[in-house]
Amino acid sequence: MEWTDAVAADEARKGNQYAFRVLVERHSHALFRLAYRMTGNQHDAEDLVQETFLRAYKQIKRFDGRAAFGTWLYRICSNCSLDLLRARKQRVEMQPLSHEEKSSWLDRVAAPHPTPERLSLSAQIAGIVEPALEKLSDMERTAFVMRHYEGCDIEQIACMLGIRENAAKQCVFRAVQKLRRELEPAWGSAT
Amino acid sequence: MGKRDMNHLSEEELLDTYYGDLPAARREHLDGCVECRVALTRMSELLDEVRSSPVPERGPGYGREVWARLEPKLNASKPNRWTRWWVLGPAGVALLSAAFLGGRLTVRTHQPAAIRQATKQVNEPAQQDASGKGSERVFLAAMGDHLDRSEILLAQLLHANPGQFETAEERARARDLVEENRLLRATASRSGDQAHAALLDDLERVFLDIAHSPQHLSSEDVEELQRRIEKQGLLFKVRVTSTDARAKGQTL
Repeated sequence: MEWTDAVAADEARKGNQYAFRVLVERHSHALFRLAYRMTGNQHDAEDLVQETFLRAYKQIKRFDGRAAFGTWLYRICSNCSLDLLRARKQRVEMQPLSHEEKSSWLDRVAAPHPTPERLSLSAQIAGIVEPALEKLSDMERTAFVMRHYEGCDIEQIACMLGIRENAAKQCVFRAVQKLRRELEPAWGSAT
Repeated sequence: MGKRDMNHLSEEELLDTYYGDLPAARREHLDGCVECRVALTRMSELLDEVRSSPVPERGPGYGREVWARLEPKLNASKPNRWTRWWVLGPAGVALLSAAFLGGRLTVRTHQPAAIRQATKQVNEPAQQDASGKGSERVFLAAMGDHLDRSEILLAQLLHANPGQFETAEERARARDLVEENRLLRATASRSGDQAHAALLDDLERVFLDIAHSPQHLSSEDVEELQRRIEKQGLLFKVRVTSTDARAKGQTL
């Protein structure tokens, strides 16, 4: 009784809750990774996984099987992430960061005596990646995560975000430019 | 990230190269240009570092945890005004108990309804006695009954001839057991009874497989189910837990 994604999705569309459970258990890890990359926050990522599956369950009849089920889930998750990021930004705009908060992570990058070891540099970079990602627009972050961490091609990203391929490619490019601008001071001072 | 000569790869082309999308014609330039290769290396190293930033690990049971949190939401429906606790009131306790006991003494096919009532008695504070022992006794009795029926189905499956196994009757019984099982598992989880919840979770997987199996299971599928039941020691666990539940229920 092997449940492939296609079989399980077809059964779930007919109302078989067990089939949906199979899909949930199979895709939870991958969705969590994606959600975490999108949000940089474990609790938000957990909530996104739940919200994604809940939406998928409600919309399962719309899944026509043309794309892989995992791709369809990714699309829902990226939309949920965009909603969350927008809501989060609205909250932040209402309560802007203080000057100290804004500069705290930059100070770490431009520390006067950065450690020379590569390992230390990696730790530094890891600590500043999330703040740098937060500076991207919602679309840039989503497109970049899809491209860079999930290995999606431009066509898939365009499809997921509902934009033209050229626009999707520009989103990724702008994201990389911004990340380089943010991260290269640390990189340059240590290499 | 400074400006680069026209013949050199643009930043966008360097990014295409990093993601493996550079056209062959431009690839030739890259192969012969030290400056572009240095620029590409610099970009690649940074992007590789970005990729290596860690994601917190989830345990192997994460999928099951997600499902456990999700399932009640999928089944959630608008609350029925007649089942609200302030409508049921204390008089409802006696009515539900009588219905539960009546169900136990009369028709076996009404078990899911009886289980529902038993679990409701445990779950709703308005229906518990001061010590909660009455509710626990009812739950343990319901658990014992459920495990007895589970044991029969598991034993039949375990001793079935894989080549001659018709599932029509077993599927119907498995469907009934799934419904009971869910109610009991949810109740056990809510009350922090992890041992019972874990056993019921394992049982539910087997029952769901049977409930959704085709009418004519292949020998391989039957053998696979038998292996699972044996490997998890399900029949043994069910027998022991059933006996324990009854014994504990009698002491309350």
